[in-house]
Amino acid sequence: MLFQKKTRAAALAALAVSVALVATGCAAGDSGSGGGEGDGGNLSITFLPKNLGNPYFDTSNAGGEEAIEEFDGTFAEVGPAEATPDGQVSYINTLTQQGVGAIAISANDPKAICDALNEARDAGVKVVTFDSDTNTDCRDVFVNQADAEGIAKVQVDLIAEQIGDAGEIAILSASANATNQNAWIELMKEQLAADHPGIELVEVVYGDDDDQTSFDKTAALLQTHPNLKGIVSPTTVGIAAAARYLQTSEYQGKVALTGLGTPNQMREYVEDGTVTAFALWNPADLGYLAAYASKALIEGDITGAEGDTFDAGKLGEYTVGADGVVLLGDPFVFDAENIGEFDF
Amino acid sequence: MSTATTTPTSNVTKRLGAIGKAREFGILLALVIVIIAATAANPNFLFSADGWRDLLLTPSILVLVAVGQAIVLITRNVDLSVGSVLGLTAYLTGRLFIDFPGIPIIAVFVIAVAFGGVLGLINGALVAFAKVPAMVITLGTLYAYRGINVLWTGSDRINASDLPKSFLALGTEQFLTIPILTIIALVVLIIAGWYMKNTRGGREFYAIGSDPAAAELYGLRVTRRLLTAFLLSGALAGLGGVLYAARYGTINSQAGSGWELDAVGAAVIGGVAIVGGVGSVWGAAIGAVLLLTINRALPILGIPDFWQRAVVGVLIIGAIVLDRVLAVRQKRKLIEARDDS
Repeated sequence: MLFQKKTRAAALAALAVSVALVATGCAAGDSGSGGGEGDGGNLSITFLPKNLGNPYFDTSNAGGEEAIEEFDGTFAEVGPAEATPDGQVSYINTLTQQGVGAIAISANDPKAICDALNEARDAGVKVVTFDSDTNTDCRDVFVNQADAEGIAKVQVDLIAEQIGDAGEIAILSASANATNQNAWIELMKEQLAADHPGIELVEVVYGDDDDQTSFDKTAALLQTHPNLKGIVSPTTVGIAAAARYLQTSEYQGKVALTGLGTPNQMREYVEDGTVTAFALWNPADLGYLAAYASKALIEGDITGAEGDTFDAGKLGEYTVGADGVVLLGDPFVFDAENIGEFDF
Repeated sequence: MSTATTTPTSNVTKRLGAIGKAREFGILLALVIVIIAATAANPNFLFSADGWRDLLLTPSILVLVAVGQAIVLITRNVDLSVGSVLGLTAYLTGRLFIDFPGIPIIAVFVIAVAFGGVLGLINGALVAFAKVPAMVITLGTLYAYRGINVLWTGSDRINASDLPKSFLALGTEQFLTIPILTIIALVVLIIAGWYMKNTRGGREFYAIGSDPAAAELYGLRVTRRLLTAFLLSGALAGLGGVLYAARYGTINSQAGSGWELDAVGAAVIGGVAIVGGVGSVWGAAIGAVLLLTINRALPILGIPDFWQRAVVGVLIIGAIVLDRVLAVRQKRKLIEARDDS
């Protein structure tokens, strides 16, 4: 009996191995033919967000799908359940084997997925990063939602407008070591010093992108600085928590709040006047542009070199900048007028 | 300290009581000093309407969770899953309001507390019947409950606009300048404090924590008591979850993460010994208030953000060192007392 079982198991294993071999062989063949077409047959573009079920990426992927339908490509969406650094690797490998035309990916880690992406590129798959970039040598093009300058500027402009260009302001950031937050804060400081001499930045506090911490930090800010005129929170968690505190405090309507937020989080506070306006890019446009960038790469219109131009449907024409970066444009300002049009 | 309950001479219990009292008094004193220092630096800390409200409101939810934690700690167990239970019930609260529009708030309270209780009961059953250390079990359920939460929530989020106004108002409303949340926390604290001090059930928690084997031999219903302790801890974390939703209005899958450490920290700072049998829910509650009030006071005193966690760490280590010193001294005194008699 025992012997029989063993042989059966061995036979099964052998079968499995041969099936796997055949399968991978087929896949390799597919990717070869896919990559070989060159002049733009394979418009199958797969979106690989940081994680699935994220309203932000749902919106951007919907934008991508819209674009892909416009040019008759094939849209697909895969991704890990959780945004872990290496969670995307297995998906990239599978897509490489399937021989898709392009992967539009929001990277969970700039390095961890590099090898997998380069293998994909070697197999002829075009790689477009959007929202969150990898190292420049592992992708063809990065579709940047907004550059740091633009993000800093829109927030400085909003707060200056809301407090009449004079008075004390504070910044409620995410964690103290968040690279993007710190870069924006530095730029905001420069712009404040250069263009808004009447505004004094009195403190930068860190809410760690935690609702409760951000909420309590807002309370502490308002207490510590009785003359505070405004708060800028360049993080979606921070701005919502700060808005919630302001809404229930004696400072509602007296202390201005702006920053980067999502419409769903901020709807209530914009409607009751706690917040007048806040900014963010439009994720649907971001996905839309990433899809068109993928198409341009697949069809060979662009290679990712600086100065390449391509058409992006309703968004108009875009030019690839230094390091293969395509900039979506200025951040989008949400206010009571337009917030009803968005759901993410 | 395990000998404390087995040699109950009146002299020794009196001394023990004095030490316990001194311990809670010390924490209370520290709290008062923090409040005075912060108020001196900025009168708004105590005397503005928002300042007074936040002073009472901010620690209220942690007080509830810390009271539950203290009960479990006293039985020589630990419940590390409270943060996850709180997060899960907070999300459940939001979902109830979204999926059943017009559901009465009281029903949400009942459902969420019962749900927290069930989660606690699962912990208790695993600890009591499987005889696995609570640290391991609740570390497991910490991740398991959080996993369920992530699975359920995904990257969805409950926004303040999803919750009824009257429910959100609970989070900030005041009755005679005392926030409703604080009143709820106080009522729970008084009941728990009375139960732990004056009832047979309450004293059995201490007996089990002091010497589980002796408690078993003495015929105490250890299993039932353990189940009760974890049930209470879960239910209080569940109540905390509802109040969290009311106060913060935004709930994602990470709500309440890290609270287990705050709760254990609060209890330890408040004089509840991690090895069980010693301490009171009052101490844990004052510890919770101290922990969060220090967090709020440090920025006002001009101490940078980065130091705040370090200060909390020093407090916890200080409290444990103090515990150890007291325990050693107490043991010596007990031995002296035995030798004298």
